Amino acid sequence: MNLDELYQTVILDHAQRPRNYGELPQATVFVQGDNPTCGDEVTVYLKISPDQKIEDIKFKGAGCAISQASTSLMTLKVKGKTCAEALALNDVFHDMLAAPEVPPLPPGFGDLKLLEGVRKFPQRVKCATLGWNAMKQAILEARG
Amino acid sequence: MLNPELIRKDFPILQQQINGHPLVYLDNAATTQKPRSVIHRLVHYYESENSNVHRGLHELSNRATTAYEAARERTRTYLNAAEADEIIFTRGTTESINLITHAWGLSQLKPGDEILLTEAEHHSNLVPWQILAQRSGAALKFIPVTANGASLDPAGLDTHLTPRTKIFAFTHISNTLGLVNPAAEFCRRARANGTLTLVDAAQSAGHRPLDVREIDCDFLAFSGHKMAGPTGIGVLYGRRTLLESMPPFMGGGEMISSVSYDSVKYKPAPYKFEAGTPNIADAIGLHAAMDYLDSLGRAAIAEHDMHLAAYAHEKLSGLGFLRILGPEQGRAGLVTFAMQGVHAHDVVEMANVHGVALRGGHHCNQPLMKKLGTPATARASFYIYNTPAEVDRLASVLQKIHDYFVR
Repeated sequence: MNLDELYQTVILDHAQRPRNYGELPQATVFVQGDNPTCGDEVTVYLKISPDQKIEDIKFKGAGCAISQASTSLMTLKVKGKTCAEALALNDVFHDMLAAPEVPPLPPGFGDLKLLEGVRKFPQRVKCATLGWNAMKQAILEARG
Repeated sequence: MLNPELIRKDFPILQQQINGHPLVYLDNAATTQKPRSVIHRLVHYYESENSNVHRGLHELSNRATTAYEAARERTRTYLNAAEADEIIFTRGTTESINLITHAWGLSQLKPGDEILLTEAEHHSNLVPWQILAQRSGAALKFIPVTANGASLDPAGLDTHLTPRTKIFAFTHISNTLGLVNPAAEFCRRARANGTLTLVDAAQSAGHRPLDVREIDCDFLAFSGHKMAGPTGIGVLYGRRTLLESMPPFMGGGEMISSVSYDSVKYKPAPYKFEAGTPNIADAIGLHAAMDYLDSLGRAAIAEHDMHLAAYAHEKLSGLGFLRILGPEQGRAGLVTFAMQGVHAHDVVEMANVHGVALRGGHHCNQPLMKKLGTPATARASFYIYNTPAEVDRLASVLQKIHDYFVR
């Protein structure tokens, strides 16, 4: 079992220096997610424009390297996209981690592919999807 | 003195390798491994004795009933309880505590009454009381822990035992702090205040001698799987006079003496509290576990436990990058820690790669971990088959983990 597949340099970098970290005072919506594999929590803040674009996104929380890095990478990918695009991306990301076969990855997937190693560590899938689930919840809540 | 190297040979599961390394199993507070004698006892039961208990009139039913009731009597001697009727078999500590909150609590408590706990309780000795408090209108109070979880506030019991305190439920040994509470003294002081007591002995029943008459508690709960016994079986000890006065918890077959369509007469304790077909095989397996532990001697087990805990505390403190929770001296066999710069999940993940089994998270102590400022920690917990060499291995693996992540 090669841990380097899980903890690649980019992943560790995002874990130690998470992007878009902090609160969003003017958030349209925010959701707190807890990891059933206890010990991780994350709050995702979204500012959604009237034409359903994610204008800004931030997150706060305490968690393992996988959960922090995955959420950090998520915010970079999702900022500026429409809510529909963000939800679609979430589905692909989830399938990359947990579906029997890795699906075709869309162009621009980029660094997210580095988390494919989590497939070999099934107990950590919940860590990797924690922030993504909170983001999805937030979008659904904003839709009402 | 225990000989863990010899003891290990009794435990088939410990002989394996994980990821090319010998298994170092340090998750005993979560569950313990089982000796051959327990495994064989279960197999023998199913191969030669299995039948439903108590009302059959055929040979196999006799064998099963005899073995099941022998397990009850054995539990009585294991705890030095006065009567076998004070021993109720349940699914585990959690169910035992729920039995009390439902059967005793709901019939006894009213608004204005107080339930006293400590801040160091496992969720299983917290949530049932929260539910009871909500349903009965009673108030929940907590004896605080001191900084870093080193102890309970020494004045805590005095200030929190009031004329309204109806029951004091506390952990004998904390599953995260390794703190050992003075059970007999706590029960004496509660009794003097007219307060009933429940001891959560989940972490102590398999680790040291336990005498319910010396502790003089009203209720005591523990689980078989944390003391070399099977999963799915636990015990509730209750003072006979209390059990007699309590209504049932669950209703069903086996706990009635007669039923009509509109009325029912219950059996006396303990049967009143054992509805449905019991977990017969695992009660018998628990009997074998008790015999195994007593063959080693529980005083010797306690000595080994405390010694290994002290050694681990010293070794791990010496690494210089761990925050260790709980007492400096006199801790029971576990060490819970946070590693600077590395989250518990990542610590446990990497330890696993090296064959070392730890646990990470909040260890069913969420409010305590939040109060201590450690939302996620890793825990190493020891048992009769663990050795000082395994503690050394743990320390060296933790050093590797720190070097990997903290660059």
